[in-house]
Amino acid sequence: MLVAERLTKTFASGNRTLTVLAEVSFAVDTGATCAIVGPSGSGKTTLLGLCAGLDRPTSGTVWLAGADLNALDEDARAALRAQHVGFIFQSFRLIPTLTALENVMVPLELQGERGAHDRAATLLDRVGLGDRLDHYPTQLSGGEQQRVAIARAFIHRPAILFADEPTGNLDDDTSHRIEDLLFELNREAGTALIVVTHDLELAARCERTIRLRGGRVVEEMGDSHWEMGAEASAA
Amino acid sequence: MFVPSLAWRDSRRMRRRLLLYVSAMALGVAALVAIRSFGENLETALATQARDVFGADLIVWNWGNFNDANEAFVDSLAEAHSGTVAREVSTPSMALFPQSGGTRLIQVRALDGDFPFYGQITTTPAEAADTYLDDGKALVDAALLLQYDAAIGDSIRIGTEQYQIAGQIDGITGQTGIEALVGPRVYVPLDRLDRELLRFGSRFTTSAYFRFDAPGTNADAILTAIEPQLEAMDLRGDSVGSAQGDWSDALGNLTRFLELVGFIALLLGGLGVASAVSVYVRQKADTVATLRCLGATAGQTLRIYTLQALVLGFIGAVLGAALGVAVQTLLPRVLGPFLPVTVETAFVWEPVLQGLGVGVVVALAFAMLPLLAVRRIPPLRALRADARARGIDLWRGLLILLLIAGIGAFAWMQTGGDLRAAIGFPAGVIVAFGVLALAAKLVQTLARRLVPKRAPYAWRQGLANLYRPGNQTLVLLLTLGLGTFLLMTLTVVQRSLLAPIALPDDGEGRPDVILFDIQADQREAVADLVREQGLPLIDEVPLIAMRLTAINGRETEDIRLDSTDERPDWALVREYRSTYRAHTEDSEEVLEGAMVPRVPADTAVIPVSVELDLANELGVGLGDRLTWRVAGRPMETEIASLRRVDWARVQPNFFVVFPEGPLDEAPQFGIITTRAGTPERSARLQRAAIERFPNISAVDVGLVLGLIEGVLGRVAFVLQFMALFSVGTGLVVLAGAVRIARLQRIAESVLLRTLGANRGQVRRILVAEYLFLGLLAALTGIGLALLGGWALATFVFETPFVLAWEWIAGTLVAVPALTIAIGLAGSRGLLSRPPLDVLRAEV
Repeated sequence: MLVAERLTKTFASGNRTLTVLAEVSFAVDTGATCAIVGPSGSGKTTLLGLCAGLDRPTSGTVWLAGADLNALDEDARAALRAQHVGFIFQSFRLIPTLTALENVMVPLELQGERGAHDRAATLLDRVGLGDRLDHYPTQLSGGEQQRVAIARAFIHRPAILFADEPTGNLDDDTSHRIEDLLFELNREAGTALIVVTHDLELAARCERTIRLRGGRVVEEMGDSHWEMGAEASAA
Repeated sequence: MFVPSLAWRDSRRMRRRLLLYVSAMALGVAALVAIRSFGENLETALATQARDVFGADLIVWNWGNFNDANEAFVDSLAEAHSGTVAREVSTPSMALFPQSGGTRLIQVRALDGDFPFYGQITTTPAEAADTYLDDGKALVDAALLLQYDAAIGDSIRIGTEQYQIAGQIDGITGQTGIEALVGPRVYVPLDRLDRELLRFGSRFTTSAYFRFDAPGTNADAILTAIEPQLEAMDLRGDSVGSAQGDWSDALGNLTRFLELVGFIALLLGGLGVASAVSVYVRQKADTVATLRCLGATAGQTLRIYTLQALVLGFIGAVLGAALGVAVQTLLPRVLGPFLPVTVETAFVWEPVLQGLGVGVVVALAFAMLPLLAVRRIPPLRALRADARARGIDLWRGLLILLLIAGIGAFAWMQTGGDLRAAIGFPAGVIVAFGVLALAAKLVQTLARRLVPKRAPYAWRQGLANLYRPGNQTLVLLLTLGLGTFLLMTLTVVQRSLLAPIALPDDGEGRPDVILFDIQADQREAVADLVREQGLPLIDEVPLIAMRLTAINGRETEDIRLDSTDERPDWALVREYRSTYRAHTEDSEEVLEGAMVPRVPADTAVIPVSVELDLANELGVGLGDRLTWRVAGRPMETEIASLRRVDWARVQPNFFVVFPEGPLDEAPQFGIITTRAGTPERSARLQRAAIERFPNISAVDVGLVLGLIEGVLGRVAFVLQFMALFSVGTGLVVLAGAVRIARLQRIAESVLLRTLGANRGQVRRILVAEYLFLGLLAALTGIGLALLGGWALATFVFETPFVLAWEWIAGTLVAVPALTIAIGLAGSRGLLSRPPLDVLRAEV
C-alpha cells in the first residue's frame, strides 16, 4: 500500500543545510497498522507529510496505492488523496464554517459521489454523534470534534489513513475512547493505518512501530517485514 | 456541484462581515450608475427639448448690425422656405430703476417678432409674455425686480428709453441658472430700443430667428446649404441640430468627467475589497490546507473562494446600482444650474447593467489579488502551521498589470479616446496610491522605532497596533487618505482661484467701479462727473478696436486656410481691443524686451507689447511683425516686449499695448476706473453716470466678484458632491476593516482583561489606534492635497497658491473624530464579551 524508499528531506537554513529526514525506507501493507514515534523534531511529521504526498522529498521515492508520488503533479496527488487517503489531525482540522455532517460529507463531495448525506449521517451515528449532525465545530467538545474527524477520515473508505497525534489534544479518558474507535473502524474497513504519536501506549496498539531520532530510523519493533534503509540500519 | 455547495456553506458565518466590506463597492457603483443614468436621461431631454431650448429652427447672427445685404439675405431665406422671421438685438447695458434709483448691468434682448417660436418665456402675469411687445413694455428677470425692490407696473430705464414693466420673467426655456445669475435679462420691443446703446465700441449682436412651418423642411440641411453665403457675408449660423450636437458634446464631457471622479470611489472600494479578502484568505488558510489534504485541487479551492467573491461582488454591485438609481434623482438639483433642459430622472436599464458589470469586474479583479494566494497554500500547512508557499507569484504580477491597463482603458473610453488620459489617469492613481502607501510604511516604521518607552501603556499599545501582523494601516490610510485628499484639493484649488480676485481692501486703492463704452467726446465729461462725486480718477484707458491682418507679412486669412498651420482661429480673427500707454500696470510684468513709452504719431513700424500667451498662440516673439487694420487703415507693428498678464484681476487688461502717439487720434472709446469704497457711493456714481450718459455702462467689481464666487461655488459643489462618494467609501471601508478585525480584537481584549487590564484601558488602546490612523490619514491627505493644489494653482490655473487654514484645521479634527467614532461603534460589545466565549470561538 505504501512504500518509502530512501526518503531524505533537507531545508536550507541560512547558509547551511538542515537534514530533517535521512534515507528513511519502509513499507506498509494493506490493512496493516504502523506507529511512527520519536521525540519532538525527530522528523515524524515530515515523514508523514512526504508519505501522504503533502510535500516532496529532497531525494527518495514514495509509492502510494501503486503510484509513484514523484511522478505526479500537485493536482494528481490531490486526486490520489481524494480517492485513497484519509487524515486525522492532532488539532482536528474541522472546517469551522461547516456543520459536523457537512464536514464528514466533504471527501465524498470532492469525488462527486452521490448519497454523501446519508452515508455521513450513518457514520456520525456510528461514532456516537447521531444527535449532533447540525452542530458546528465550536459547539462540540474536543473529543466530539475528533470523532467527527474520524468519521470524515473513513467516509470514502480510504485504503490508507494517516493520523498525526490523533489524541494529542485530548484527556486520557477521551483518548482511549477515540483510540478504540479508530482501531475498530480500521479493522472494519481494512484500512492501512499510519499513526504519528508521542503516546507509547497508542503506539503499542499498532502492529509495528518505527522510532525516529534526528531524522533517522533508530529502532523497529513488532512483527514487521519492512526494511530499514541502509543508513538507518547503519545507525 | 462540490465547488458551489461548499462555497455556499463555507461563506455561512462570514457573510455579514464580508457583505459590509463588499458594500464598499456599492458607493462607487452608485456614483457610476447615477451619473450614467443621468447622462442618458440628459441626452433624451436634449433630443426632445432641443427645439424648445433653441427657440427657433435656425439662427443667423452677427456681431454688430446687419447691413443691407444681410437684411436682404435674411428676407430671401425666409421667403425661400416659407419661414417666419423674428429679429433681435442683444447688448449689455445699464438699467435704471427710477423708483429706487438702483442701477445694474443687464443683458437687453430687444425683439421684433414672435420669438421664441418654441419653448416659452414664463412670466407673471402669464399673459405678459404675449403682450409686452405690442404694448411697448418690458419683461424683467424676477431676481432683478427683487434686488431693486421694483414691482410689475413700475418703470425701468435703458439708455434714454423708459419702459413700463409688463411682467417678471420666472423662467425661459433653456436658460440655465448660471446664465440668469451672471446676466439678468430684460426683454423690450426692438422698435423702442435706444439706438444710442449701439454706438461705436458696443459689443452687441443682431440675430434673425427662423421658424419653418412647411412640412419636411430640414433646418440642418438649410444651414449646410447657406454656409458659403454666410461665410462670404461674415455672418454666423446655427441650427437646432448643430446646437444640440454642441450641447450634447459639452454635457457629455461633463458627465464623463464626473464618472471619472466616481470611478475613483469605485477603485477605493476595490482596495477595500482587496483588503477584506486578504484578511479573509488569512483566516481561511487552515481550511484551505485541510481541503487540500482531503484531496481538493488548488483550482477547486480557488474556485470556491472566487465564487464567493463573485457573488458578494454582485450583491455589492446590485446594492450600488439601486443606490445609484436613487442618487440619480438628486443630480438635477446638483447639476441643474448648468443645464439648459429639464431632465426627467427616469429609470434606464443600460447604465444600471453597465454599473453592475463594472462593479462585479472591479470587485472580482481586486478580490483576485489576495485570492490567488489560495492556490499556493500548501496542504502541508494542515500538519505544520509554518508551511507556506515560496517564490514570487507571476500570476499576481500579471493581474496587477491587467488592472492598471483596465483603469487606463476606462479613462480612455471616458475621455473619448484621449491617450494622455489613458496614461495619465492610471499614472495619477498609482502616484496617489503610491504616496499614501509610502506614508503608511513610513508611519509603521516610525511607530515601531519612535514609540516613547515612557508613554502610557494604552498609547504604546495603540501605536503598536499600527504595525503588528494583520494590521489595516495601509488600506485605511489609502481609502481615508485619498478621500481627504480629493475633498481638500477641491477646497484648496477653489480658494486659490478666488483669492487673487477677492474684493479689494480699502488700503490697496484698487478700482471697484469700471465705467466703459465711453465715447471719445464723453471722456472729459465722465471724468468730471467722477470727480464731482468726490471719487478718485484711478485710470482712464482708451480702447481701440482693431483686427490682425498679417503676421510677418503673411495674411491671417492665408494662415487660417492653411490646414498645416495650427495657429488657432480665435487669435487670428478676433476683434482686438487694444490700448496705448507709456507705463505697465501692476497686473502685468514685462518678461522680455522693454515697453516703448512714446513714439511719433507717424512712426512707420510701431513697437508694441504683446501678452505672452497670445504670442505663443500666434507663434511670434520679439522682433516679429504684426499688421493691424485700425478703422480701415493698415498699421505695421513690431513686437518690442512680451508681458505676462494676471487676467484674474478685475481691471482692464490687454493683449496688445501700443506706445503713446500713433493711436492718439484713432477712433476710440474709453474706460474710466474709480474707487467708490462703499456700495452706496458706487450706486450713486452709477446712477449719476447713467442719467447723464445713457450709453455708457458700469461694472460694479464687488458684484462681479460675488457672481464669480457664486459660479465657482456651484462648480465646486458638484465636484464635492462626487468626492463625497470617495469619502463615503473610505468610511465604509473603515467600518468594514473594524468589523473584519473584530475577532482578533475580541481575543486580544479578553486576553488583556484576563491579564488584569480594565475596560477603560482596553478602550483607550482602541481610541489611541483609531486616533493615530485618523490623524495620519488626515495629515497624508492634506499633504497630498496641498501638493496637488499647489501644482494645479501654479501650473494649470497660473494663480498664486493660497492655504485654506480653517479647512485644514477642520479636517485634522473631523477625520480622526469620524475614525474614532466608527472604530468604537464597530468594536461595540467587544468589551463585554466573557472570556469563555473567546476560548471556544474560532479565532
